[in-house]
Amino acid sequence: MTKEDCQKLVIDIIADIAPDEDLSAIKPEIRLRDQLQLDSMDFLDIVMELRKRHGIEVPEADYSHLASLESCAEYLTPKFPTKA
Amino acid sequence: MKQIRIVITGIGLTAPNGNSLAEFRQNLLTGVSGITTIEVRYMGRHPAGMCTFDPLKYQKKKDVRIGTRVGGISIYCAREALADSGVDLATRDKSRVGIYLGVTEHGNVETENEVYNISQFKYDTKFWSHHHNPRTVANNAAGEVSLNLGITGPAYTIGAACAAGNVGLIHAAQMLRLGEVDLALAGGVSESPQTFGIFAGFKSQNALAAHEDPKKASRPFDEARNGIVISEGGCIYTIERLEDAQARGAKIYGEIAGYHVNSDATDYVLPNPERQAECVRKAIANAGMTIEDIDLINTHATSTPQGDIQECVAIAEVFKGRSSPPHINNTKGFIGHTMGAAGALELAGNLPSFDDLIIHPTINVDNLDHQCNIPGLVINQPKKAARVDVILNNSFGMLGINSTLIIKRFVA
Repeated sequence: MTKEDCQKLVIDIIADIAPDEDLSAIKPEIRLRDQLQLDSMDFLDIVMELRKRHGIEVPEADYSHLASLESCAEYLTPKFPTKA
Repeated sequence: MKQIRIVITGIGLTAPNGNSLAEFRQNLLTGVSGITTIEVRYMGRHPAGMCTFDPLKYQKKKDVRIGTRVGGISIYCAREALADSGVDLATRDKSRVGIYLGVTEHGNVETENEVYNISQFKYDTKFWSHHHNPRTVANNAAGEVSLNLGITGPAYTIGAACAAGNVGLIHAAQMLRLGEVDLALAGGVSESPQTFGIFAGFKSQNALAAHEDPKKASRPFDEARNGIVISEGGCIYTIERLEDAQARGAKIYGEIAGYHVNSDATDYVLPNPERQAECVRKAIANAGMTIEDIDLINTHATSTPQGDIQECVAIAEVFKGRSSPPHINNTKGFIGHTMGAAGALELAGNLPSFDDLIIHPTINVDNLDHQCNIPGLVINQPKKAARVDVILNNSFGMLGINSTLIIKRFVA
């Protein structure tokens, strides 16, 4: 899993959670809430989908790591199982 | 004391056979059923009535995802009613607008979905959605309308089993008379076909319709009827005090002439014709009318063997002294039982009779049950009436709630 792959998985989740948003020009370094209509319930949806789709737990204390695509990739990439 | 007059000024609806009053009425006059079959979780295919309105007409995809089916139905109907009424909410004090929606039940769909969802994860509740509570609070349908329209007045649902559509309207009329609001969005809504529990409950009660042709499955008054077809739907009216409606030059569909709500207090599910008759009688008295004044009765009959007979007994008893019978019809043969929406939706299908003097029939009566053979029943074909000035609308529900609403032609 590369950080780019990880960003893509997060975008896939956001596409389902915020289906009205245009994600084609999303900037990885900018906070997601500054470029998309996302509220706290949406972030809970992201946490839930990471749990359901990828078996990844994000404790509440770590929610700040989901602020931008870049920070998501930084935080989440090591949590994906490495291929043997 | 002089009663404040309350009038209907806008109608928004979605039924299994129509997404506007014009389409719904046309299909009622031409015998078009909206019943199809759906896959019911754990139960296979069953007849049901599903609506085909476009949820994205008034909602974003995200709101549809987060909200409930009944919320979407309610928003569609409320927006359509407002558009029909000509009311521009931007010019109104939104704290003086009330939303009063009747529901038979709420929360079954969303709870079943979540239980099914966690069943895919070995029943681990950490997979239970944080959307569950706002989706299942009993005021969900009205609350979603208030969010969508930015209405800040009272917005709540009224649980009244299958009498709820009538009761939503009755409650709104009372709130307008009390001066609590200046405009009401009121009626009834249902998402019930999305819950297997209601199908399973009626099946266990031997009250779920079955027929190889789904369009023939709902057949009130027919000898071979065997139960209810569960349907979704919604109908929301804008209703106002007459002076407010006249001041803005509103189109007026009809006037709320009278109503009554009572309770059987005899059984959880079995109807009580004595109390039903009392409800109808008291509504007529409340309207300041006599049995001679009623031109059209929309029956509640749901196509169950016993319930249809009981309502016919009640109507025959109330109207037995009348010189010539009122016209009597039923809407469920076309759309099934739309549960919380039934009272409001079935009334809407009959309101155009004030203008065209045509009574839409009850359909699917191949062999009339002799115990339902009451004078005035309009069967299978529409009938031209000499006069339609007053419509009486029955809606009854479980736990013995009865409601009768009387609408009269508006005469200034």
